[in-house]
Amino acid sequence: MNAPLKPREFPLPSSVKVISGTERAQAAYPYPIQFSAADDRKFWFYNSMHFPEPMSAFDMVTAEAAYCALGAVNTRVHCLPTTLGIDHRIINGRVYIGGNAVTDPEEIVRRTTEFQKRAFYYYENWESLYAQWKQKMLKLIADANAMADPALPEFEPLEHVHAGRGIASNHDLLVTYQKTIEGYFRMWHHHFEFLLLGYGAYLTFFGFCKKAFPEITDQTIARMVAGIDAEIFRPDDELRRLARCAVELGVDAHFREGASVEDILRSMRESGEAGRRWLEELQISRDPWFNINVGDGFYHYHRSWNDDLSMAFSALPGYARSVRAGTLPDRQVGKLRDERSQLIADYRELLANEEERATYDQMIGLAHRVFPYVEGHKFYCEHWYTNLFFNKIRSFGGLLSTHGFFADAEDVFHLTHYELETAIIDLMNAWSSGSQPRGPAYWPPIVAERKAAIIEWARHETPPALGPIPDIIDDPAIVMLWGITRESLDNWLSAGAAPDGNEVRGFAASSGVVEGIARIVRSVEEISRLQQGDILVCQVTNPTWTPIFQKIRAAVSDIGGSMSHAAIVAREYGLPAVVGTGNATSKIKDGQRIRVDGGRGIVTLLH
Amino acid sequence: MSAAHYISWFPDIGLADRPKVGGKGGSLGELQRAGIDVPPGFVVRTEAFGEFIDALEQRSPLRARVDALAADELDAMAAVSSELRARMQETPLPPALQQAIRDAYERLGESAAPGRVPAAVAVRSSATTEDSADASFAGLQDTYLWVTQADSLMDKIRSCWASLYSLESLSYRRRQGIAESTVAMAVVVQIMVDARTAGVMFTRSPISGDRSVISIEGAWGLGSALVSGEVTPDHWVVAKITGEIPVREISDKALRHARSPAGGVEELAVEESMRREPCLSDEELQSLRAIGRRVERHYGRPQDIEWAIDRHTQRILLLQSRPETVWSNKDNQAAARPTDPLLHVMNVFGGRR
Repeated sequence: MNAPLKPREFPLPSSVKVISGTERAQAAYPYPIQFSAADDRKFWFYNSMHFPEPMSAFDMVTAEAAYCALGAVNTRVHCLPTTLGIDHRIINGRVYIGGNAVTDPEEIVRRTTEFQKRAFYYYENWESLYAQWKQKMLKLIADANAMADPALPEFEPLEHVHAGRGIASNHDLLVTYQKTIEGYFRMWHHHFEFLLLGYGAYLTFFGFCKKAFPEITDQTIARMVAGIDAEIFRPDDELRRLARCAVELGVDAHFREGASVEDILRSMRESGEAGRRWLEELQISRDPWFNINVGDGFYHYHRSWNDDLSMAFSALPGYARSVRAGTLPDRQVGKLRDERSQLIADYRELLANEEERATYDQMIGLAHRVFPYVEGHKFYCEHWYTNLFFNKIRSFGGLLSTHGFFADAEDVFHLTHYELETAIIDLMNAWSSGSQPRGPAYWPPIVAERKAAIIEWARHETPPALGPIPDIIDDPAIVMLWGITRESLDNWLSAGAAPDGNEVRGFAASSGVVEGIARIVRSVEEISRLQQGDILVCQVTNPTWTPIFQKIRAAVSDIGGSMSHAAIVAREYGLPAVVGTGNATSKIKDGQRIRVDGGRGIVTLLH
Repeated sequence: MSAAHYISWFPDIGLADRPKVGGKGGSLGELQRAGIDVPPGFVVRTEAFGEFIDALEQRSPLRARVDALAADELDAMAAVSSELRARMQETPLPPALQQAIRDAYERLGESAAPGRVPAAVAVRSSATTEDSADASFAGLQDTYLWVTQADSLMDKIRSCWASLYSLESLSYRRRQGIAESTVAMAVVVQIMVDARTAGVMFTRSPISGDRSVISIEGAWGLGSALVSGEVTPDHWVVAKITGEIPVREISDKALRHARSPAGGVEELAVEESMRREPCLSDEELQSLRAIGRRVERHYGRPQDIEWAIDRHTQRILLLQSRPETVWSNKDNQAAARPTDPLLHVMNVFGGRR
């Protein structure tokens, strides 16, 4: 085989052109996140892990809020010794990010002193700080839930007037909107309060294991650390509970394969007392456990189970069948816990001496201490809160569309959050002045243009990285969160020139070898195409997708590491899985026969 | 001297008996005691060797001839070596010893394969010296496979003993200044395994020294094809604790060693359809893993194991287990433990220092 030609470096940001015809859509993003000439001196990479698709103007708020919070914690709060925060830019709807490393040895020493005063306090007081964290998140969620959806009455309600309220309903729009945006930025601060420290403790143990056991697989280390009763298992547990409940109440016959959500709900309502009781149980599960999004929660169209019950309900016929057959096991938490303890003890026994065992004990202890947060925060942040946030914005979209700003409430997501505030104030003014808002004439053509741009951007590949390559990637945040190392960059550089093989490689996430038919599932709407025994090939999975693991034989994803959702669930189900392949959904054809070797991280395309 | 002094059966011996049954014999006995399947057999103890050498000494000096050699006199050494070896091959075993071996051989055949006597056995030298020395001068040449007659068995036992007087062995002993009076050798006589598949396993990675994996190599037929390097074996890496199999390298195994109708071992071509087939099933890999863990636990250190799967019973049998030596010398270099456990995280957050 010929050695692949290796381009020496990635293109400079200034050489990446805005795709013709989308210039105005690109200009919608605010000035600080447009590439400038000075950015050519810095290394950037495409954050395809969190933002795999072009971002609409509003969704950009997630990048803005998340990097604002991540940087604050790293740079100013915990004072990570070797890294500050992360800059971000958007071009053609793609989010590029670049870390700011600290390289001056004296500065590192100064920051190390600060770091140990701050981060070590967190490690030492982890449980109480984490308990406090949960309270903060629940309060934030309660506050968001307490805000009424925006509405503009023709006349101010009489009780407001008699109470001397002193502000009119149009002002409530501004308050609600600004609180919604503020809450989202606040949520991201909470999100990052523990994250790097948590991953850091995990990676410390990970690094130790790799040194002590050079050939140990990532997934084995992950299994030693992973929580047993983590929040991510709850939504699926709730579905099992509902299936069991339906069988006990004798109403499970309503879960027919192919029945719509409406059919099922209607037939339950018509099933008297038993149906009513099942619907009550459903309500208990929904709040909060159905607040999980069908994506990572970074796009407004990643709706939750609560918004669209079809994903959750699609699992019920299968689960109910298993309940009747007596083959639907409870997750045996005790047994899983024992297995994890045994695994930890068995590896411990293999260590060379007592010194190593003492170090191992300290590190696994710390990893277990931090991991409930690492696993649990996503449910509260990326799912529950984010779902409330986008739905609140959606309600503004509804209000604006009833006033003629948009043809569809969803169009609101094609305005930046700055522009949306302008549109809301436009409506507030029109309501107060009694004249017509300007928005209905102004926004529709802009929205149409931006929608077209998103479609256009999605049709073009974007470089995996831009700018000069650093000699070493020593930024723990970048390594931890994105798994980017000097080696992975070299792989990216050679990937473009390598001949197309019949292999796709990724992280070995769950071992086993199977062959089967690949089913490319790009979105939740396509999930119903999965047949029993198919191999799921997708961009990314999250807790919402758990129920379909009962149907599939193996899983392959573009994005994710050994602690990703697909990896964790595949291990629980004993299915082979290869994750973080980068390009499985584009290289594998729907219906193609493939072999998945989850122990080695290799997918072979058979025909 | 009674037969009990010449012969020991595997279940009756262990590592502590090494001075009298040799390393191989002691290890096979130890394995069987630990509940591991090994092909049944007995050891011709060093007392038998001593008696034979004494018989030789009575005719003309033997040990003194060797003691007198200088380490650098290779020509003289070669001459002594061929003379002594010839004398050993010519001299019959003392009658009582012969009878003891014949009886043991018959009993072994009766117990292992009733009605199918005489039994096919492997005859292997079992040196009493340290492992490393064992490795450096007791070689593969002192294993004789498919021995099926009592007379031939006597011959092979003498050949094993004679190998102690090979030029390599003599020059090694002279260089090390080992006194001849301390030299002894036991011989293992063991039922031959008609192997479908045979190979080796290390209970740690030979590449990285990782104690959490087991490296298994195997090929079709008798293990001699693999040990001699005539065939590239299939290779697997199995995680010791979890049983995952991260590495599976299936090679083209063109030939295999099998029992020759003429006696001994012959080389056969592997059928086309079998050449690229894995020579072990996943189930067998897992059984080997379990056996490897058990043996390692028993000895308290990583092991280097030879195994075979019986063609007829499909049972896995261990032919040998010895301590792994390459990596164990590099162990015990643990990093110092920080006094504050939290300082570990500086490995991640502190940057490269």
